[in-house]
Amino acid sequence: MAAVTNHNNKPYEPLEYSTEEGSLRIFGFWLFLAADMVLFACLFATYLMYIHHTAGGPSSKELFEVKDFMIETVDLLVSSFTCGLATLEMRRGNKKATIAWLIVTLILGLVFIGFEVKEFTGMVQEGATLQTSAFLTSFFILVGTHGCHVSIGILWMLCIIAQLATRGINAQTARKVFIIGLYWHFLDVIWIFLFTAVYLTGLVL
Amino acid sequence: MSNEHTQAHASEHTGFPWKHVIGLVLSLILTFAALWCVTSFAFSPALIVTVIVILAVVQAFVQLFMFMHITEGSKVWQITAIGFGAFIAFCVVAGTLWIMLFAL
Repeated sequence: MAAVTNHNNKPYEPLEYSTEEGSLRIFGFWLFLAADMVLFACLFATYLMYIHHTAGGPSSKELFEVKDFMIETVDLLVSSFTCGLATLEMRRGNKKATIAWLIVTLILGLVFIGFEVKEFTGMVQEGATLQTSAFLTSFFILVGTHGCHVSIGILWMLCIIAQLATRGINAQTARKVFIIGLYWHFLDVIWIFLFTAVYLTGLVL
Repeated sequence: MSNEHTQAHASEHTGFPWKHVIGLVLSLILTFAALWCVTSFAFSPALIVTVIVILAVVQAFVQLFMFMHITEGSKVWQITAIGFGAFIAFCVVAGTLWIMLFAL
């Protein structure tokens, strides 16, 4: 771990890297993200395999509404931005601003989940359920796994906000804010690929 | 290296968060560019899909460098881990499609 010890000799380091434990936990989280990426890759591969296996049910062209998935996409992009601002304010030592941006991020996350639930229930009402076809099974599993990650992220963020409010910004809470930020940005990266491989490709193929 | 860090430090502690705003604007541009490619052109699906996948990869890099601070901390290890994860992810997706869809 030469890189970690080297880092301690540098003149500037953010609070979250100030202890060896903090640095290692952040690195450990990057490893988790790499593994999570592979998990999503398996789901993407399955989905792309079954994209035309509609078994007489509705196809992607009939189901995907440009307006709906664009709202979800822009909402998640903006939430990734506000989450980045939360990390920035945390590094500036502004507890109130950090909490405020985290709350904005959380609300945008809830809006995203709301739209996704609306999309899913709408599809089920049109008769496009998990059991309809291989295409829809893999669609719901892939998009649903992402939605599940976002939901967990929202609950996690609530806990971090509570800790920040009671303990203030220290080496520990700074590391936690940084890691939830990494998680949230990562979910945005996954959504970019969902947006591309599922929704946009669904309009083309 | 340390110079670079002190500069990043200075811009991070005062003033307008330009890096983040640029990251957001780039993400939005890339997203709408991809949508535009899909809705406005009648090229072959293969060409359109290739272009939008490239746009998505560029946008992933915007997130990694503008928001996720991948060049901080244990920089080399983080980039290695994410690079390896991306390589496996690519093999899984491209390999599956290659074998199952194109039946080669």
